[in-house]
Amino acid sequence: MTGAIIAILIIAFLAGIEGVTDEWEFQQPIVACTLVGLAVGQPLSGVTLGATLQLVTLGWMNIGAAVAPDPALAAVVAAWWVSGPAHLPVAAGVILALPLAWVGQVLTRLLRHLIVPLVAQADQAAAVGDLHRITRLHLYSAALQGLRVMLPTAVLLLIPASVLRQGYQWLPTSVHGGLRVAASMLAVVSFAIVINMMATKQVWPFFFLGFALATDQHLSLIALGMIGVALALIYVSIQPTGRGPQPPTGGQSGDTTEDELDRELDDL
Amino acid sequence: MPTKTPQTLTLGDQLKIFGRSGLEQAAWNYPRLQNLGFCYIMIPAIERLYADKADRQAAATRHLASFNTMPYMQSLITGVTLSLEEQHARGDAVSAADINAMKVGMMGSLAGVADPVWWGTWRPILSAFAASLALSGFGIVGPLVFFIAWNLVRLGFRWWAQRWGYQQGLHVIDYLGSGILQKLTLGASIVGMFVMGALVPRWVRVQLQFSWTTSTHTDYTLQKVLNQLMPGLIPLVLTLGCVWLLRHHVKPSWLLGGVLVISLVGYALGLLN
Repeated sequence: MTGAIIAILIIAFLAGIEGVTDEWEFQQPIVACTLVGLAVGQPLSGVTLGATLQLVTLGWMNIGAAVAPDPALAAVVAAWWVSGPAHLPVAAGVILALPLAWVGQVLTRLLRHLIVPLVAQADQAAAVGDLHRITRLHLYSAALQGLRVMLPTAVLLLIPASVLRQGYQWLPTSVHGGLRVAASMLAVVSFAIVINMMATKQVWPFFFLGFALATDQHLSLIALGMIGVALALIYVSIQPTGRGPQPPTGGQSGDTTEDELDRELDDL
Repeated sequence: MPTKTPQTLTLGDQLKIFGRSGLEQAAWNYPRLQNLGFCYIMIPAIERLYADKADRQAAATRHLASFNTMPYMQSLITGVTLSLEEQHARGDAVSAADINAMKVGMMGSLAGVADPVWWGTWRPILSAFAASLALSGFGIVGPLVFFIAWNLVRLGFRWWAQRWGYQQGLHVIDYLGSGILQKLTLGASIVGMFVMGALVPRWVRVQLQFSWTTSTHTDYTLQKVLNQLMPGLIPLVLTLGCVWLLRHHVKPSWLLGGVLVISLVGYALGLLN
């Protein structure tokens, strides 16, 4: 078990870095839960939790300066509770992941403030031309991001499996059923977040097209994806850009181009 | 300045910079956002291009200015910055202020286009597809598909964008102004909306538990009636309701809490199963 715990702490560290850098995506439940499942020798339950939780979290995104709920801590700890010795059901793992994601969000915000003195040190390093120190400071901050998730994970791993198990069994069976219903319904919120981000009058019809076609169970997801991409290509190629003809002169100055880009931004 | 030997970035420098770009957001801070990350990425270039200590200080300080963009688009901005820094180091007519202006000009508009494409379309679609694979019996193939596809596309894009930006320099802005980004965003929104529409009936399960008996039919359940009208009607209504609430500035966490309460109460009352 010691090996498994060390592996989980390493996964938590990676997920912590990724929760902020958003590159390799170790923080996504479908990756993090699977890795934890593998670490404790229960890959299948890890994958099942990861995939279920993924549908719930797929709309959480860090855009601009906003911080979304953080799936990193949630995915790692929930996977331990589901695949580890506590063996909680997947639905309970999905629900317990929600408060954990909120904790992760608070910690992310906090660290974005706490890291300021470190950035101030980078200013000093730049002022004396010490480039190696800037590199080191940046790597330290990456490590802090990893610890941001690893340390809370270590604390939560201390909760004995029997306590979790008993706590779950203490709940009335109607709550068990309710959690199961919630776990399969919560994905609507993520879908709504994504839709809300992209919806304009122009693209709403495509949402309903997708819905109507998907109710035919014969169409696979890949077929649906193909239809979606084909529709997009057709629409984009026949649709005039909608804001009058392009200016005929090719070589514009940087200013007008930037204005144009800004206008596109406003449309979003 | 003009007396210096002209330096250009080697392929090795570019690869180092590419490698560093994967940690861009690690030092995310308020209020200067990704500033340290950008400077960290530029360090191999600063080392190569500026031998003089004063020049190194100026360059490092310049790239510690506030910066924030969608992380993968940073590769494109980095590429253009590399090209401009090279010209600046050679003593061409590119000032430090020009470099800063280009970064600020590109970061906002590129993020505005790239956020919906990467976070709003590609990640939800790929991860939903992977989750579907995992839940329909393919097990670990799902996570593998997600991890490999995501990172191949990401790394490929980052490398291509950095190279292209470096080769084209400021010409990149002309290309981007030609309406291509607008088309890309529109196309991505269409695919995204279409696939979200498809996911609603497939992956939101709500089973109503109403049943009643009439004089002619027995065992008439509301779910059966709804399934005949249109399967997935309740998930559709729920989704549209959530979108409406989000548009009225209800926070997602409240929606999650609300769905949880509805599920618990609905199940306890025997309305949902």
